[in-house]
Amino acid sequence: MLEIKDLYASIEGKEILRGIDLTVRDGEVHAIMGPNGSGKSTLSAVLTGNPAYTVTAGTVTFNGKDLLALSPEDRAHEGLFLSFQYPVEIPGVSMVNFMRAAVNAKRKYQGEEPLGAAEFLKLMREKREIVALDGKLANRAVNEGFSGGEKKRNEIFQMAMLEPRLSILDETDSGLDIDALRIVAEGVNRLKRDDNATIVITHYQRLLDYIKPDVVHILYKGRIVKTAGPELALELEERGYDWIKE
Amino acid sequence: MDDTDNIINKAASGEYKYGFVSDIATDVIPKGLDEDVVRTISRLKGEPEWLLEMRLKAYRHWTTLKQPAWAHITMPEIDFQDIRYFAAPKPKKTATEIDPELKRTFDKLGIPLVEQQQLSGMAVDAVMDSVSVRTTYRERLAERGIIFCSMSDAVRDCPDLVQRYLGRVVPYTDNFYAALNTAVFSDGSFVYIPKGVRCPIELSTYFRINAAETGQFERTLIVADDDSYVSYLEGCTAPMRDENQLHAAIVEIVVEDRAEVKYSTVQNWYPGDEHGRGGIYNLVTKRALCRGDHSKVSWTQVETGSAVTWKYPSCVLSGDDSVGEFYSVALTRHYQQADTGTKMIHLGKRTRSTVVSKGISAGHSQNSYRGMVKVAKGAVGCRNYTQCDSLLLSDTSGAHTFPVIDVGNDSSVVEHEATTSKINEEQIFYCNQRGISTEDAIGLIVNGYAKEVMSKLPMEFAVEAQKLLQISLEGSVG
Repeated sequence: MLEIKDLYASIEGKEILRGIDLTVRDGEVHAIMGPNGSGKSTLSAVLTGNPAYTVTAGTVTFNGKDLLALSPEDRAHEGLFLSFQYPVEIPGVSMVNFMRAAVNAKRKYQGEEPLGAAEFLKLMREKREIVALDGKLANRAVNEGFSGGEKKRNEIFQMAMLEPRLSILDETDSGLDIDALRIVAEGVNRLKRDDNATIVITHYQRLLDYIKPDVVHILYKGRIVKTAGPELALELEERGYDWIKE
Repeated sequence: MDDTDNIINKAASGEYKYGFVSDIATDVIPKGLDEDVVRTISRLKGEPEWLLEMRLKAYRHWTTLKQPAWAHITMPEIDFQDIRYFAAPKPKKTATEIDPELKRTFDKLGIPLVEQQQLSGMAVDAVMDSVSVRTTYRERLAERGIIFCSMSDAVRDCPDLVQRYLGRVVPYTDNFYAALNTAVFSDGSFVYIPKGVRCPIELSTYFRINAAETGQFERTLIVADDDSYVSYLEGCTAPMRDENQLHAAIVEIVVEDRAEVKYSTVQNWYPGDEHGRGGIYNLVTKRALCRGDHSKVSWTQVETGSAVTWKYPSCVLSGDDSVGEFYSVALTRHYQQADTGTKMIHLGKRTRSTVVSKGISAGHSQNSYRGMVKVAKGAVGCRNYTQCDSLLLSDTSGAHTFPVIDVGNDSSVVEHEATTSKINEEQIFYCNQRGISTEDAIGLIVNGYAKEVMSKLPMEFAVEAQKLLQISLEGSVG
């Protein structure tokens, strides 16, 4: 569903990605690991169309479409979802209004009628349970005053609401205690289907104990330097990243 | 409701959609202003001598005044001789019949001029240019002793009441535009709620400017007698024209013992185009006098229109334990300029006031909050809370705050909070990533920001005002 070919990208003139090749198929879970500053978050930002980054070369095909030609919101409508490393607070905008705007924008893109209020609230209730989020969530402003764990659970909740084809989890494990990590990971696993896929970006093996990857990539200096099975993550855990750098 | 939705949908697809001109036969007087013009207006309206006297005094006083320049507004000096001071749609043969074109105009604006069987929804006084063309539910409200009619009718039908209150809250000596308005005011609404009566429906006035090169000088007077209650709404639109048009109104409210008045405005005068051409100069004096003990007045305004807004709905809290409130959302874009805020004058003991002002600036606009909280020496135990927030949507717009606080005793507490924020790119991108377009994202954020004020509006009005905010924001991203 996703095919990245020789992708180069920079921010403020500084080149971060230097020729990424990556193919993700339906039903797969890919882990992208790497030391700080290797370009992991840049990759997720570029794929989702963050305007701060400039693509200088390469192609990305998503569901047969030229992903880089689409606006960020159309990428989302096509089924691309990013669980942000640092979810953004939007004061004054309630989660229920935010999610309703998001869900109905996607439905509109797909030529469907907007969901009615009752149906929508029912959907919110169902999906909330996946990550055990509080019922008061609906009336709270987006991420405002949420604890670190709540913010990450809220990301997975949104993922459940939007049913993306490809989810990118950017350092979803950072700042989570072990219980919150388990809830988030279980949520992700429950959403896994044969026709969707997940890219897990992480620094540590820890999250991969819960979300089992099919493929593990190591990103270093803007390039994928090694690709192997799940055993690669364990090897990294033991040996650290230094051996990669050599 | 469907009609309203239609209008809003149409509006959402473009720019200002209330900018049409109606083809209505109109009686006008020549441009220019002198004593004869003042006399002509008074004569056309068949007014009593005392009112003509008041107009003439105001006119003579006005000629000694200069156009005020203290507001944070740049505008050319107005040539008051180049304005027409009276324009009236020609009356049809019978008094009860309404010109179909007039009806079409107000239908198009979503303002119902036809009464329903039930006394429900809202009663409307529709004012076009200088005259009231229709007031609905007038008779049925009268059964409860409520007077709701045009100012002209009030002068004719209940002159004693009008004479007792007119100019008591805003005297013609108050300021330049108040003097001008008193000299040439044409129509507006008059409301009297008798003792102990709770007005069962919303009363509203819809102001429409139609004629070219004509100023609108409306005058509204609301009197709430002891233990009464009324909620009053005001809406306004005007055609799109390249030249500026003047709107200089006065609203006076008198609130007696334990009475309450809620006054809500959705101001959507033509704001001018994206180059700052045209638009209404909205120079308005609004003031409420809480004369009675335990009386209460609440101003809520959503200001999205006008090239220039100069307006400070104020509360004089002279009754002990009286309460004044001011909730405002002012959105400016393109080259609009708004200098708006309130004055809370605490004269009575233990009087309380709340001010919540939310400014939103986009494009090249300038948006200022100007507020005064004054507590008299003898007004012990008073409280004021002021919250004044600015949201910037562009780097080229300006947000300014000019607060004055003057407290004459040490048993009163005055609080002032102010914030300035900018919608940041991370917030927009977060919304984009969830599939929400940038314009919708800004709409969500702005509506969230303005929610506290919007929630003070009557229900039907709130929905419309929210859509209006969203529409006004179209194309103001960046």
